[in-house]
Amino acid sequence: MRIKVHPVLGPLKGKATIEIEVDGRRISAIPGEMISSALIAAGIKVFRTTHKKGEPRGYFCGIGQCTDCMMTVDNIPSVRTCITPVSKGMKIKTQYGHGKWEV
Amino acid sequence: MGSMSMLTTDVAVVGAGPAGLYAAIEAAKAGAKTTIINEYVEPGGQLTKQIHKFFGSKEHAAGVRGIDISAKLLGSIDELKVEKRMGTLVWSIFHSNILAIAHNGKSEMLRANKIILATGASENAFAFPGWTLPGVMGAGAAQTLINLQRILPGNRVLMVGAGNVGLIVAFQLLQAGSEVVAVVDALPYISGYCVHSAKIARAGIPILTSHTVKKAYGEISVEGVMVVKVDNQCKPIPKSEQDMKVDTICIAVGLTPLVELAWLANCRFTWVASLGGYVPLYDDKMETTVKGIYVAGDAAGIEEASTAMEEGSIAAISAVESLGLMTQQRAYALRAEAYERLRSFRIGPFGKLRDQGKQFIWRERQKYAERI
Ligand SMILES: Cc1cc2nc3c(=O)[nH]c(=O)nc-3n(C[C@H](O)[C@H](O)[C@H](O)COP(=O)(O)OP(=O)(O)OC[C@H]3O[C@@H](n4cnc5c(N)ncnc54)[C@H](O)[C@@H]3O)c2cc1C
Ligand code: FES
Repeated sequence: MRIKVHPVLGPLKGKATIEIEVDGRRISAIPGEMISSALIAAGIKVFRTTHKKGEPRGYFCGIGQCTDCMMTVDNIPSVRTCITPVSKGMKIKTQYGHGKWEV
Repeated sequence: MGSMSMLTTDVAVVGAGPAGLYAAIEAAKAGAKTTIINEYVEPGGQLTKQIHKFFGSKEHAAGVRGIDISAKLLGSIDELKVEKRMGTLVWSIFHSNILAIAHNGKSEMLRANKIILATGASENAFAFPGWTLPGVMGAGAAQTLINLQRILPGNRVLMVGAGNVGLIVAFQLLQAGSEVVAVVDALPYISGYCVHSAKIARAGIPILTSHTVKKAYGEISVEGVMVVKVDNQCKPIPKSEQDMKVDTICIAVGLTPLVELAWLANCRFTWVASLGGYVPLYDDKMETTVKGIYVAGDAAGIEEASTAMEEGSIAAISAVESLGLMTQQRAYALRAEAYERLRSFRIGPFGKLRDQGKQFIWRERQKYAERI
C-alpha cells in the first residue's frame, strides 16, 4: 500500500504513471521507484523461491546485501529488485531457484 | 584488462552517506580531483530515510532531520564539482589503488591515488523458525520502504529490538499508518534513549522486555508470531507464549560494519564488539594497514552520523595532506579540531565504550606497525 499522506513528509508527490508486468499481470509504478516497492504496493510479497527447498523469499534488507529479493527482470535472472529502479514496460518474473538467462 | 578503459582520480570515496559526503567535500575543497561512488541510485546513505530530528550537538545539526542534512551536503558536492557516480557498485580493489566499478551491467576500472572507504553498515539478522518468510525484514529495510519509497510494508507489525533503531522505526511505522502491536527485546531493560521509548509508550505500544520471538508462521508469508518470555539467562519460560497476529516482523538487533572491500584490499582487521564486529585496523588519520586506503563512518565501527562526518573529514584531510595538497601543520590542526569535537560525542555509557573501542584499534594498529 502506498502512503498517500504523511505527517512529516506531506502528500505523496510521485504519480504511478507507468506500467510494468509481473508474471504477465500489469501493475502501475512510479517512475524512479525500486521494483520491490511497486510489487509491495501491489500486494506482492513473494519474489522468488529457493533452489533446494523451494521456500518463498521476499524483501528483506532493502540495500542490495542479502539477495532475498532477486527476480528475473527482462530475461536476466537474479536482479536485486530492492536497488533496481522500474522502467516502462519492464517484464518481471518470479524466480524459481537460480532462474535462467533468456537473452 | 584488455579494452577496458582506465579512469583516473586523485581521491575516490566509496559510499555517499554522511561519512563519504564529508570526505568528498573536504578533499575537493583542498583541490583534489574527487570522485564519489555509491551503489544506491540516490546519494545520502542512511540520512535519506531519517525523518526524525537528530541527536548530537549543534555543530552537527542536532534537532535537524537527517533528510535535510543530506540535502545540504549534496548541494556542497555539486558546488565543488565532485564527480558523482551513483547507482554504481565498487566490487573489488586491485593492487590497492584500482577500483573495479560496475554501472548498468558494465564494468570499468578507476585508478585512484587515495581511496576512502565509507560503505556504512548492514543490519544483523536474527534467526528463529520462520525468519526467512516474506514479511520478516530489517528495521532499516522497513524504514527505507516507508520514508524513502513511501510504501507500507504491512498493516500489523512486531518490532524486535528496543534499541534506538527499533524504537525510532517503530514510531515511524506508526506515523506512516501501520499498527505496531509490540516492541520486544530479550534484554531485561530498554537500551534505546528515553526520548524514543517515551514516544512509543505515549502511543500505547507495549515494550516487552525479557521477551523474544519463538517462531514466525504463515503459508507463504508471515501471518503471525509466537513471542515468549525469557529468564535472566535468556532461556524461554514455559507456557509464557503469546500468539500475535501480524503480517510484518521487523528486526532491529544491531548493525555490522560493511567492510568487504577492506578485506579484498588485504587490510588487517580486529574484532571490537562495541563497534559492531570486525573492523579494519587504522591509525588516527583513519588510514588502514594498506597505504593510501582510508576508512570512515560506520565501516570503521558502528556509531552515528555526526561521528561519521568527522571521520570522513579526518580521512580526507589526511589523504590530501599525503598528496601534498595541504601542509602538515594545517592538516594537524584540522585533525586536532575534529578530534576535539569527536570527544564531545564519545561520552555517556555508549560513547565511552566506543571511545575505548577506537583506542583499542589504534593500539592494535601500533602493534602491527611495530611487528612489521
Ligand atoms: C533508524 C536509524 C536511526 C538513526 N538515527 C541517528 C541519529 O538520530 N543521529 C545520528 O547521529 N545517527 C543516527 N543513525 C546512525 C547514522 O545514520 C549512521 O551512523 C550513519 O548514516 C553512518 O554513515 P556512513 O556514511 O558511514 O554510512 P551510510 O549512511 O550507511 O552510507 C553508506 C553508503 O555506501 C554505499 N555503499 C556501500 N557499499 C558500497 C559499494 N561496495 N560500492 C558503492 N557504494 C557502496 C551505500 O549505498 C550507502 O549509500 C541512525 C541509524 C538508523 C538505522
Ligand atoms: S532485499 Fe536484500 S538484496 Fe534486496
